Order: sequence, then C-alpha cells, then structure tokens
Amino acid sequence: MNRIAAIAVHTFKESVRERVLYTLVVFAMLMIGAGLILGSVSVGINEIALVNLGLSAISIFGLLIAVFIGISLVWKEVERRTLYNVLSKPVARAEFILGKYFGLVLTLAVNTAVMTAGFYLVLWCEKGRLTAADLAPLEAIYFILLELMLVVGVALLFSTMSSPALSAVFTLSLYVIGNLLSDLRGFGEQSGSAALRGLLRAVSLVLPDFGAFSDIAPAAHGELVAGWQVLSHSLYAVLYTAILLSATILIFERRDLR
Amino acid sequence: MWAVEINELTKDYRLGFWSKKHKRALDHLSLTVEPGEVFGLLGPNGAGKTTLMKLLLRLTFPTAGSASILGRPLGDVRARARLGYLPENPYFYDHLTAAEFLNYAGWLCGLDAVERRQRSHELLERVGLSGSAGVPMRRFSKGMVQRLGIAQALVNDPDVVLLDEPMSGLDPLGRRQVRDLVLDLRRNGKTIFFSTHILPDAEALCDRVAVLNGGRLQDLGNLQEILRSSVQSIELVLHDPPPQALAALAGFNPTVTRNGDRVRLELSANADADAVLKAALGAGARVVSLNPVKLFSLEDYFLSRVQESAPRSTEEKVSSTEAGLG
Amino acid sequence: MSIEVVRPAPRTLAAVALLAALAASIDIHIGLDREAETERALSPVVYVTSGATLRRLSFGYQGLLADFYWTRAVQYFGRQKLSRGGDFRNLGQILLVTTELDPHLLIAYRFGAIFLAEKPPAGAGQPEEALALIRRGIAANPTYWRLWQDLGFIYYWDLKDYARAAAAFEEGSRRPGADLWMKTLAASVAAQGGELATSRLLWSDVYSHAGNASIRRSAAEHLAAIKAAEDIAQLDLRLDEFRRREGRPATSLADLVHSGMLPGQPSDPSGVRYGVGRNGKAVLGAGSHIDLRLAH
Repeated sequence: MNRIAAIAVHTFKESVRERVLYTLVVFAMLMIGAGLILGSVSVGINEIALVNLGLSAISIFGLLIAVFIGISLVWKEVERRTLYNVLSKPVARAEFILGKYFGLVLTLAVNTAVMTAGFYLVLWCEKGRLTAADLAPLEAIYFILLELMLVVGVALLFSTMSSPALSAVFTLSLYVIGNLLSDLRGFGEQSGSAALRGLLRAVSLVLPDFGAFSDIAPAAHGELVAGWQVLSHSLYAVLYTAILLSATILIFERRDLR
Repeated sequence: MWAVEINELTKDYRLGFWSKKHKRALDHLSLTVEPGEVFGLLGPNGAGKTTLMKLLLRLTFPTAGSASILGRPLGDVRARARLGYLPENPYFYDHLTAAEFLNYAGWLCGLDAVERRQRSHELLERVGLSGSAGVPMRRFSKGMVQRLGIAQALVNDPDVVLLDEPMSGLDPLGRRQVRDLVLDLRRNGKTIFFSTHILPDAEALCDRVAVLNGGRLQDLGNLQEILRSSVQSIELVLHDPPPQALAALAGFNPTVTRNGDRVRLELSANADADAVLKAALGAGARVVSLNPVKLFSLEDYFLSRVQESAPRSTEEKVSSTEAGLG
Repeated sequence: MSIEVVRPAPRTLAAVALLAALAASIDIHIGLDREAETERALSPVVYVTSGATLRRLSFGYQGLLADFYWTRAVQYFGRQKLSRGGDFRNLGQILLVTTELDPHLLIAYRFGAIFLAEKPPAGAGQPEEALALIRRGIAANPTYWRLWQDLGFIYYWDLKDYARAAAAFEEGSRRPGADLWMKTLAASVAAQGGELATSRLLWSDVYSHAGNASIRRSAAEHLAAIKAAEDIAQLDLRLDEFRRREGRPATSLADLVHSGMLPGQPSDPSGVRYGVGRNGKAVLGAGSHIDLRLAH
C-alpha cells in the first residue's frame, strides 16, 4: 500500500512537470474563455452556449490529457528502463500498475479541478453572480471525470502491451466505439441474422460504454441527473476500471522486460 | 546458505513474433556465490551477463532452471528486499533531483520519511554527490548518473549487491572511487556480484570469477589461482645499487639489465619475493619496484579462452581496446 | 582606393520577400473569401441533413453543436433578411437539425414558430412546417407552456384557425407556470378571434418575452401595425361622424381638428401623420414606415 502510494505520488509529480500538460491546459482555458465570445454571438442562448463550450472543453482536453499521459508515462518507463529501478526493489508488478493508475487519476483530477475553476470564473464573468442553479455543470464534470478514469485505464492497458503510437490509436478507437454502442446494437437488431444480433448485442454490453457518461447538454440547461443514476454510473465506472486494471496486471505480470 | 544460488538456469528468446525459432541467451547455467565474496561475471558482449542479472531480478522469466537469493526463490518479492541493483547504462528520471530520486527509491524499499532523508544524505555523501543533491538529473553527466545509480542500489543497505557494468562511463577517478566503494562494501560483509568486460577492474576486485560465453559458463574459479598460474617471472628494479646488493641477489639467478642508474633484475617465478626483498634491502639497495611479470594478463587469458571456444553466433569478439583500456 | 558597393544583407532580402509574399497571400485570401461568401449565400447552409446522424457522431457534444447550428440559423436568417427578396427555404431545415441535436433548445422552436410561419418577405411563409416544429418541441418539452402559446399563435395568426388556436391556448394554460391570462386569451380568441384587440394582446406578450432581438423587432413591427390599424379604425369612425354632421366628407384630418372632434393631428407609431384618402377613409401618411398588412 505504501509502495503504491510512492509510485502514485511519483507519477503525479512526473506528469505535473510535463510541459505538454500545461500546453493542453492552457488551450482548454482558451476554449473556455472563448465561451464569452460565443455567448455574446449566439443570440438568446448566452449561458447555454457558454456552459456547452466550457464543459466540452473540459471533456475534450481531459480526454487528450488522459490519453497522452496514460500512454507516455508508462512508455517512458519501459523505454528508458527506469522501470528496472522500480521492479528491482521489493515491489510487486501489480503494485506498479496500481501506483501508476492512481497517480494518473490524481493528475487528471487536479487538471479537471483547475479547468473547473476557470470555467466558473468565466461563468461568473458572464452572469455577474452565481447561484445554486449553477451547480448543475458540476455533475457533468463528475461524469466527465468518471469517463476519464475509464479512458486512462484503457490507455494503461494498451501501453503495457504495445508501442505508444499503437496504444494511442487503440485507445481512441475504443473511445469512439464506446460512444456508438447503442448504434452497434441497433445495427444488429436491424439485420436479419439472429447470430449477428446476438453477437453485436454481446459486444455492445462488454465494451466500455463511454456514451453513457455524456451529461453536457442537460447540464447546459440546468438539468440535474437523478441521484440513483449518479450512483449507478459511478458503480459501473469503478467496476469496469477494476476489470481493466486486473487485465493489465495479468498481462504485465508475465511480461518479459527487454 | 549461499548468497546467490543458480541452478541450470536457461533462457530462450523467440526470434520474432511469428517465428518458431529461438535464441538461447543462457544455457543451463549453474553457479553459487558465497556470502561476503566479490564475484565477477566476465564475458564478451552478448554472452548473457545482463540476461542473468535480469533473471535474478525477475525482470524476465526463465525458460528452465531456478535460482535463489539469500535462500529465497526468485518469485518471492522479499528476495529483493535485501538486494541492491545497478543496471547497465542507467537512466533515471529527468525531472527529479538526486535527493528526490533517492527519496523515491527509499520509499519503494519501505523506509519511512526520516530514514529516507538520512540514507539519502549518507549515500550522496558516500558517492560524492552531496553538492548536487538539488540538481535535476537531466543535468547530470554520465559519471554522476553512474554514481547516483550506485547510491540508489545501496539505499536499503542490501546484503547482496548486483552491479551491471559499474565502471562504465567513469573517468579514472570515478573508477577508483567505485573500486574503493566495492572494497568497502566487502569489508562490511556484503556480497558483490558484478559483471564487466573491463578486466583490470575484475582483476583488482574479485575473489572469484566466472567466464560466460555464448550463454554458457566456460570457466569458474578463484582469480588468484588463475593469475598465479600465469606468472612468468618476478621483476625487481633497483636505483643505483651498490655492488654488494647485486652480489647478495646473485643467488637468485637474476637476469640483469642496466638502464642508466636503473638496474632491472628478472628473477624466476618461483623465487620467494619476501626473501628477495630482504636481501636487496639488507644490502643497502634502493628498491624502486617489485612486480610479477605475467605470461598472460587476465586479458590474454580471457581472450585465449574465448577464442578457443569459437562462439556459435556471430557476436563481436571483445577487442583489446574494449577489454583492457578505458 | 576601392569603392564599396553596399548590398543589403541576404537575410534582410529574405525577410522583405517573406513579408511581400504574406501581403500577397492575404490579398488573394480576401478575394477567395469574397467568392466563398457569394457561394455560401447561394448554397444550402446545412451539409449534413440528418440531425439524428449528426447527433450520433457528436459523442456527447451535441449540445455545443446545437448551439453552433442555432448561431448559423440566426446568421442565415439575418443574411437573407438583408438581401431583400431573400428566401428562407433552408431555415426550416437548419432549425430541424438544431432541435434534433438539442431538443431542449427552446429558443429555436420559438424562433421557428414565428419566422417559419411569417409570410414573405418577413419570413418563410411555411406555417405547416412551423406547426410541425412546434409540435416536436412540445413532445420534447411537454411542461413548457410557452410552446403551446406559440402553437396557438400560429393557428391564430397565420392560419386564421381560431378554434384550434383557442384549444392550444387552453391546453397551454393548464401547464405548470402558465401565465394566468392564457385562460383569458383562450376565451377571447374563441369569442373574438381576428379582433385587433386580441391580436394586440398576443403580440404584446410576444414582445415582452422575446428571446432575442429579431423576435422583439418583429413583434414591435406587428404591434405598430396593429396600433395603426386601430387608430385608422377610430379615425374612420370620427370621419363618418363628421360626414353625418357636416354633410360632406372631410378633406383632411385638419377639418376634424377644427370641428373639435380631434384634439390635434394624430401621428402613427412611426411618427408620420395620418391622412384622408380619396375614398374618404383614414389612411397612413406618405412616408410612413408602417406596413398595415402586419396588422392581420
């Protein structure tokens, strides 16, 4: 446990000193700030547009950051053999994976918090004052964070198996497919073949459902998600992440390190 | 209990993802390392030295055979608790300072915050890096990296220390420092297992050596025995000796050569060096040096053994520049 | 003694050449933009015609996309309005995509209700499309009473179907948060559909709750026209009265002022004085900006 904490803190420190991270956060802030412009141009929907843009920025850049650090940090350890240092100590391979994961999640949480602060600053600039009704976006941000936890888990899984370029491609592809699962099921249902229908249904249930976490549009209208839905989504995210981490550990434990 | 016990350890690598062919990196290696000894693993590049290290550290998995460290089999995580490791060509974290890195290493070994701070301080001092504690590692020279690597290998005060090419990249001063460090560790009862292809280093430090070639163990033995058997003669150099000194030494049947006021006497290898020295000094001579002249240096010995066995894959042979100098 | 020929350094030359090239490229760019502008005005704005597909491809960002499409809708409308005789053929399509992306973007439904139904040149003249849009809006936002109001409005104003209009207002009045006067409105529409007073009520409400400037402007124009129509109706009454008293038709409103039937010469909401037309009825003065057609 202590060792997992050591690796997590180390991973966090490493990613925080990564210049690309800052660039992405700066761009996210620019996009959020652009909400002020979009709001004034979008006749009649200033606030809606601002929230939409701000939350979309947090989501998109959060995704980019998750994929980038999820892949590059592990790859760097393997490529530069700093991994040898860690594993030559009395550290189990599973502890390494878990430590890396929690470090990455911590980084994402901090980034998201920074972007959220920027978002509320911009919202305050636009509205002049904030009320309790403006808490709806926080729910959407929580859902974004859940989604990013999953993405980082996927990125970690792939990056222990293949090169960073391939890992990025696989991770993003899985993200895209994970957003189209209902369509996948739909194709199956429309096709004549029962076997295909069954297969696609099974696949759509097994793959991670990223689309389920989209809450930006409702939040822009100030709509809150039902409490039990927050719970069910959190549970799904935690469970699926556990599955991803277990798979990663299983693969990593038997891997010959070159 | 052996410090390290290796039993028929074998490692095959697949040549390609789809290929069925294997490359045998280590072939049924067996050897033991006694506690408290300095053990040298010699061999040309590609002989399997690094593979052996990685197997011992569980970075790769054996195809066959087994090994244990301080009585614990390799799969046991605790086997690494009393172990320290310096990898070949180490690369550490660019973004950390030396102190931060040692802190991390100590944390991974289970030291608490106070212990970590103390050990970092001690070790940085010991390897001569205390002035660079706050410097980010990306600014380190190769020599500094190497020294820091040794520091992190010692952070948990291990009983067994594995060093993979510890002298690589060091200037003569650095190498002297590492040598002294190794001897110091030995004095403290640690077991050192290091691999190198720089022979004078091995010569200066090791109790026993093993020669690895093409994944196989070629030779194993006490270094002194190997060296003594190769001594050809003893050379005594005197500065402007008085005639009675030469007379005193005549009994040893020396071959004498003069070079200005330097007189060189070559004596038989079986001559008792102590007696020779006594005689020379007793006769009032000034002794400049007394050295064994070897028929073979360890380098010659090594090269001959390696060439003899004609390695099966086209590995590069160790050139004399690589092996002897640096 | 040698004469030194001063040559500008190669680097300076290169820098100057670079700047010249940039200036030229900007010039060409402006030209390209101008071409694209006319191109854009002629071609349909929407390239992906299926909102459902777009929604599927937007990975959770459909709200943002809807906002962009809404902006496009407003720009399209504004541009078409400026080029007199512009057609609003594509407005319905853009609004359809917008609302498919974000079914809760209420302003899009409300905008469509007014400008899709409005007769040209002020709108698209497609009341059926407007109805369809509003009905979809109601289906997606069943508790929002103003959409019922908009539905009733289309029936009342554009289709002159007072029975259905009253029914819509009645339905809307039952929704949570509905203004109390909706019930009254339902009643007056049922009883006096087509009356200027009823129309004024409706347009006043539209004006005071207009979601954007275009809607407000349109409502203002309608209200001005209605006021003018009401004024003219009043003036006609006085003119008839005058003719009965004096035995002859008034030649101008000044006659009415002299005979004490009017306190002064009245002006229409655009500030132009009313006049008397050849048929003896009150008319708008020359140069008036009011379009009486908007009163009906």
